[in-house]
Amino acid sequence: MTQTRNLIDENGKRTDGRTIDELRQVKITVGTVKNADGSAFIEFGKNKIVAAVYGPREVHPKHLAQSDRCVLRCRYHMSPFSTDTRKNPAPSRREVEISKVMREALEPAVMLEDYPRAAIDVFVEVLQSDGGSRCAGITAASVALADAGINMRDIVAACAAGKVDDKIVLDINDTEDKEGGADMPVAYMPTLGQITLMQLDGRLSPEQFNECLDKALVGCKMVYDIQRQALMQKYFGNETEVKEEQ
Amino acid sequence: MSVSKRSTIIVEHLRRQQMLDNLAKGRRLDGRAFDEQRPLEIEVDVIKKANGSARVKLGNSEVIAGVKVETGEPFEGLEDKGALIVSGEVLPIASPHVEPGPPDEETVELARVVDRGIRESEMVDLGKLVLVPGKIVYTIFVDCSIVNADGNLFDATSYAAVSAILTAKIPILEMKDDKVVDTGSTMPMPVTTVPVSITQVRIGDAILVDPASEEEGCMDARITIDTTDEGYCALQKGFTGGFSPDQIRKAAETARIKGEQVRAKIKEATGFGR
Repeated sequence: MTQTRNLIDENGKRTDGRTIDELRQVKITVGTVKNADGSAFIEFGKNKIVAAVYGPREVHPKHLAQSDRCVLRCRYHMSPFSTDTRKNPAPSRREVEISKVMREALEPAVMLEDYPRAAIDVFVEVLQSDGGSRCAGITAASVALADAGINMRDIVAACAAGKVDDKIVLDINDTEDKEGGADMPVAYMPTLGQITLMQLDGRLSPEQFNECLDKALVGCKMVYDIQRQALMQKYFGNETEVKEEQ
Repeated sequence: MSVSKRSTIIVEHLRRQQMLDNLAKGRRLDGRAFDEQRPLEIEVDVIKKANGSARVKLGNSEVIAGVKVETGEPFEGLEDKGALIVSGEVLPIASPHVEPGPPDEETVELARVVDRGIRESEMVDLGKLVLVPGKIVYTIFVDCSIVNADGNLFDATSYAAVSAILTAKIPILEMKDDKVVDTGSTMPMPVTTVPVSITQVRIGDAILVDPASEEEGCMDARITIDTTDEGYCALQKGFTGGFSPDQIRKAAETARIKGEQVRAKIKEATGFGR
């Protein structure tokens, strides 16, 4: 991508007024879809995404069932009105790929072996898109899985870092994604120290690469705290302040 | 919808155990070092009807790539640039597990990752492929056919596409009375850099460069990293396991070192830079 205008001003502020280490406003509400076994609504900057989990439940068609573990099924979908120009509702190749990497990002966290012959379905619907919708989607989906009471090894938190005006910045937005130099979405299980999703498009020098990865991981930890807060809020309400037990 | 499934490559329990035992001793079943690629053969200009073509063999994986040049409208938002589209198809002849029909998610991922590596490296100077800004541009199709699948299709396909682009001669077109006319002469593709994809898989704690089919059948996680002379340009982590941050940093370093060697091979085979 060739950049045409400055995206960071002389005061170090970005197009939306953030500093280079600042996350966009993130708000997670747990249990917004009443019919689902677990759900979460996330506002990540201008992203508005709802994630719903159904299951563990019977697998249809039956031949997909695995005798020793459950199958995780994942769908990432953008509503036609979620983008600037209307998006055709049929799944695009981009959505096929994101559904795949999203499932692969969540699978290491889910104890699939606890639910043999069953399926867990994760639906992620992007109602309004901004940059970083796959990260926001994974973040919401993993909260929804926890809300559904699925046995998990860790919560998956996701956040991107990228390059704008030759600087490495945290959590790039739509404009920075389109006009900036590089985008690196990362999903991370902070307790287990495992990266479960990582992509990159755009050019980075070796030093920038390491800086970008470190920054994305810091972002993931910030997102992780917000995920924990949201779950605590639903299950313990205001009476219990989030207490560090470790 | 993306459904978790077992690998299509079934590795017998005894073979898997043998592989794990060997990896614990620092050996791979085919005798390679962990960071050693299978033999890479690149042959160019194999399809005379194409504007550029290459046949790549990476071990037993074999891919044929062809470049076709057409004209068309530019992409939205990229009015002053030619269009470059890289796609890949795993042909039914490539393995007993492939069925004809619309591409499955793995093929979609393969094609998109190969395309991303080439696109993000800005290998082709698309600014030079414009006839009428905003209206008519060169459209470069790079189609890759996988004719034998034996692991690491990401790298084999990428090398084939890159080699075909490097050797492509594109027709010089002109506008006459609002029509595109072929002048009859050709020019080389405007190339700025040579991107190289290096794929590694993790099996337990071992990280292996250029996985063969049976190694992919046992892998926990996969990572494909594209580099240019200057640094990184694309990356895709795949499969259901994770990597620690340190493993990623190490893999990125390996991708640069190995990438440099492969870049030299591609340049030699295509005569690029000579």
